[in-house]
Amino acid sequence: MSVQIPPTERLRTDTIQINMGPHHPSTHGVFRMVLTLDGETVVDLEPRFGYLHRGIEKTAEERTYVQNVPFTDRLDYICGITNNWAYALALEKLAGIEVPERAEYIRVILGELTRVMNHMLAIGFLWNDLGATTFTPVVYAFRERERILDLIEMAAGSRMMPSYIRAGGVVADLPEEFMPRLQKLVPHLKRFIDEMDTMLTKNEIFRARAVGVGVLKAKDAINAGVSGPVLRASGVPYDIRKVDSYSIYDRFDFEVPVHTAGDVYARYLQRLAEARQSLRIIEQAMRDIPEGPVTSLPYKQLSRLKPPKGEAYGRIESPKGELGFYLVSDGSNKPYRFRIRSTSLLNLTLLREMCIGHKVADVVTILGSIDITLGDVDR
Amino acid sequence: MENVWTIENVWNAIGMALQNWLAGFLPAWLVTLIMDLLVIVVLLAIGIVAVLILSFLERKVAARAGDRYGPNRWGPYGVLQPFADAIKMLIKEDIVPHVADRFSFNLAPVIVTVGAVMTYAVLPFGRNMVAANLNIGILYFAAVGSLSIIGLLTAGWGSRNKYALISAFRSVAQLITYEVPLALCIICVVMLAGSLSTQDIVLAQQERGWFFLLMPGIFILYFLAASAEMIRCPFDLLEADSEIVAGHFIEYSGMKFALFFLAEYIHLFAGSAMMVTLFFGGWLGPWLPSWLWFLIKTFVVIFVFMWIRNTFPRIRIDQVLKIGWKVMVPAGLVGLAITGFVDKLIADTLIAGVVLFVCNIALIVGVSYFMGRAQRQKEMAAEGAALR
Repeated sequence: MSVQIPPTERLRTDTIQINMGPHHPSTHGVFRMVLTLDGETVVDLEPRFGYLHRGIEKTAEERTYVQNVPFTDRLDYICGITNNWAYALALEKLAGIEVPERAEYIRVILGELTRVMNHMLAIGFLWNDLGATTFTPVVYAFRERERILDLIEMAAGSRMMPSYIRAGGVVADLPEEFMPRLQKLVPHLKRFIDEMDTMLTKNEIFRARAVGVGVLKAKDAINAGVSGPVLRASGVPYDIRKVDSYSIYDRFDFEVPVHTAGDVYARYLQRLAEARQSLRIIEQAMRDIPEGPVTSLPYKQLSRLKPPKGEAYGRIESPKGELGFYLVSDGSNKPYRFRIRSTSLLNLTLLREMCIGHKVADVVTILGSIDITLGDVDR
Repeated sequence: MENVWTIENVWNAIGMALQNWLAGFLPAWLVTLIMDLLVIVVLLAIGIVAVLILSFLERKVAARAGDRYGPNRWGPYGVLQPFADAIKMLIKEDIVPHVADRFSFNLAPVIVTVGAVMTYAVLPFGRNMVAANLNIGILYFAAVGSLSIIGLLTAGWGSRNKYALISAFRSVAQLITYEVPLALCIICVVMLAGSLSTQDIVLAQQERGWFFLLMPGIFILYFLAASAEMIRCPFDLLEADSEIVAGHFIEYSGMKFALFFLAEYIHLFAGSAMMVTLFFGGWLGPWLPSWLWFLIKTFVVIFVFMWIRNTFPRIRIDQVLKIGWKVMVPAGLVGLAITGFVDKLIADTLIAGVVLFVCNIALIVGVSYFMGRAQRQKEMAAEGAALR
């Protein structure tokens, strides 16, 4: 039996607006969310981005094709290798460049290492957002990331901004010590992922916080162009490595894991499963990698590259989802249009829908589970 | 009291010697006044020293948990780091936001710190070592300990910052919720001990065994409620840095911030010390002097709190309240009933202890079963939600 209170005697409440960001510990960069709160519940959320806009797309039109490679590193600065790859793929399509066998294998190995690294970091940061206050999971993720970055540095000479994959192949062959290191690292990473699994997956507080939070319906996700682990955690088995089988992905035996809950927890499980599959691919690539040249286009030719008039769209399955480069050539040595289909931005579009009705604390968690990089959102 | 110089009562002996010396040339009322003031100063000093140690320990434990070194620049093993921190705090600019309510803004840190420090009065640091052996000691502790809620609310309101305001809402909701199970657990202990005095509770554990062994279920409830009261992880929603940045002290800087910091760690120390008193036999222990035992046990408990902080994520506010009202309060009431019945019906302390232990285990199993079932149901409902 409930007592009816006349409207005039009810406690008058009001919503409050909160600016989360751009300087906020949990926005993963400079991102701002204007939250309207009813107590602790989110009534409305308006994402505002652009704080990290560097005008890369426009600047790229003034530079030659090879000069644009370093820009791609700086999009999603967690995974530079895959950004290079997507750009190289688009350029190869545009100019009709063949890629040597060995270069493809190197690309796959480094790309999948990047995926493992990105997913581990995503899980670590998700835990940070959940309130593992002292960064403990993130620090462990960083420790393993450093091992992977060591390998990338070995190959490319730079940790985070490799500019390693260019049209026609890769910059240089792998050093001799690379393969032995990698062979040691892969089982180590496997153990680490298992360790993460045992430490984090069954945690009751984590489950209480993550299960059923920020559910993204499959049809909404498809409509909004969401891709990557976020889409697959919503039950859509869409993986460009399988759909396009670009590069040499059709040679490897791997699965596309799918989770159907579409919540934060599913996205976490999804990342864990994908990292495992990536290691599987790396193992096969390590076994099969042939000897041979690593580029079909020496730097001198590449720097003078003038693709024929036309346009090309190259896309890859970057760790965060579909990363595409749309290039239009007018026959000169500079792209006429350099368009980036950035993953993080499109994954972010449904943030409002995912957050409404949840609590303030969940907003941070949901944002963490989408795994954005602001460099990729704002470009 | 006899003036015997042993390690066991070295502190009392020093006090007595000082008192006797003062009594030689000062009137009696002045001696009492000086001695009381001295006790207060000593307590404050203990508080601040404890904070220094704890802040260092917190950073070291966090670092080791995260496979890092932690502070290691200042002094051997970085032990001087807290002093560097303290100096930094002291020389920081004191900023008051121009829209803040100055009075409550300035008052808040004082209330919080005073409320925290006052709890030290009834902590039994050792045999005969309690500043005020109140016969309602534990009641005083609970009452004064929750004084800081007012301070937190004042801080949240006075800062005129929305994050701080949310934190203030949370502080009231959370701390008042967890006051209830905390009190219920304390009542269980008090029933067994037959006294509200902290010293008597410790002495009762000498006869009946540590209450932690007798009542593990109540202990777990108390542990959770106490970590919520101390604003420790996983109940540190008031200062949830990933959500509301720093919570109520977001606008504070310099010494005022340091006071909040101080209060937090004083609370941590006092709460752990009280837990040791209630459940781990206080200063009881063989061979070593009693005050050393007390400190050792307290630091072990503090370490457990830090360990939890470094390994667990935070609970959401609605879950905190749900667990508080729907799980902990009923469980506390059941525990209270069990303790009451067993204590009254079974005269033999040994049998009573065993029965109590069994009942408590049953309580733990029952509560975790029901909570686990609710969680599994939620998880099953979530499966496939994206495709529906």
